[in-house]
Amino acid sequence: MSDTPFIARGFHRRRPEASANRLPPGQYETRDFPVLSAGPTPRTPLSQWDFTINDPTGRSIRWSWDELMALPHESPTVDIHCVTKWSKFGTRWEGISLDTMIAAARDASLAIPSYVLAFSDGDYSTNLPAADITGGKAWIAFGYDGAPLAPEHGGPARLLVPHLYFWKSAKWVRGLRFIDRDVPGFWEQLGYHNRGDPWKEQRYQGDP
Amino acid sequence: MSRLEWRVATVVGVRDETPRTRSLVLNVPGWAGHRAGQHVDVRLVAEDGYEAQRSYSIASAPENESVELTVERLDDGEVSSYLCDVLGPGDGLELRGPIGGYFVWDISSDGPLLLVGGGSGIVPLMSMLRHRARSDAAVRSRVPTVLLYSARTAEELIYKEELEKLANGNDSLMVCITLTRDAPAEWRGLRGRVDRAMLEMVSATVSGRPNVFVCGPTPFTEAVATLLVELGHEPSRIRTERFGPTG
Repeated sequence: MSDTPFIARGFHRRRPEASANRLPPGQYETRDFPVLSAGPTPRTPLSQWDFTINDPTGRSIRWSWDELMALPHESPTVDIHCVTKWSKFGTRWEGISLDTMIAAARDASLAIPSYVLAFSDGDYSTNLPAADITGGKAWIAFGYDGAPLAPEHGGPARLLVPHLYFWKSAKWVRGLRFIDRDVPGFWEQLGYHNRGDPWKEQRYQGDP
Repeated sequence: MSRLEWRVATVVGVRDETPRTRSLVLNVPGWAGHRAGQHVDVRLVAEDGYEAQRSYSIASAPENESVELTVERLDDGEVSSYLCDVLGPGDGLELRGPIGGYFVWDISSDGPLLLVGGGSGIVPLMSMLRHRARSDAAVRSRVPTVLLYSARTAEELIYKEELEKLANGNDSLMVCITLTRDAPAEWRGLRGRVDRAMLEMVSATVSGRPNVFVCGPTPFTEAVATLLVELGHEPSRIRTERFGPTG
């Protein structure tokens, strides 16, 4: 950001003041729920759906849809922030804390190193530090606003990591691959920021 | 990678495309070029420090000296209405880019090209068509291309004359336009929303494994991409850009 901002001649705020501390820099509030995906919406039947956690040594743990549903549910209400500038406040989700899943993986003797690559149907992936998906900050979400999560919004299940830009909340997620060394995911290879903290406005590579 | 810096572009021209859309012709100092399909972020800062950012697709060909954006005016859009109604030649406009490395195409890409656009979703596709038009005829003829473009009314068609000109002068480019609301009696194009039959027809004109780009409002893009997969296009060859309202 340059030190002296360029003032746009004759530009004035027309939107109502958003709840000041809720909107990260450069974002605006929307009441809609826009959809952004790079390709067609994949559709995997629940009977063929599963979720896997892999570790670097080749161990893995797998849940079928019914097994996943049997885990304890949580109902987080969170603000979400898309790198394309919209933010949406107070979104209501139903899902399973990744802490629950990772505890099960540890119980099954999987190693949980510092990085993870989430992978999805449609060959999408996104990378995250393990610290960003543990400690009550991340979920596998399958319900939105009291209904099953719609396919265009990532259903049957997506990651929900609301403290990072929403591309990190991978749609159509099918598993987590824990890795010893960080590797960039889909958008992270295409010029987007590796971590994506909206409060630091980490949109693109090279942003602070 | 170095940071995408904010730059102050100068508006060197404006062109009204339709009653609701305007093209801005920009001179961007230090612009390093773009790939067809990419976008820029625009930032507006008011006197009181209030700041708004939005993303806009680039409409011009990478070969073009100036960078052109085409902006749709939304009734309650503070940025789009500023860009369409207030900004004029000589004004500065802060932007950074180019952004986006997936919804991009260039003439050396392998295979035919199928473009499906709805409303202002035509804008990044136009950059691709303009880029294609700038290449050698011999190269172009190896990239059979079809555009299926849906708009509500004839009046809302963006780039109408230019598209007609491109299609007339070029036997390896087909432009199909469908109007979803009121088509004039003399309208010779398609009528109604993009459906399976239209997609079957355009798919048949670009046999092989086309690169497919779909851009438009979310329900449009969702429906078109789903139909294209059902018609046998490989999901990995279909690139989409969906947009909701960005005011």
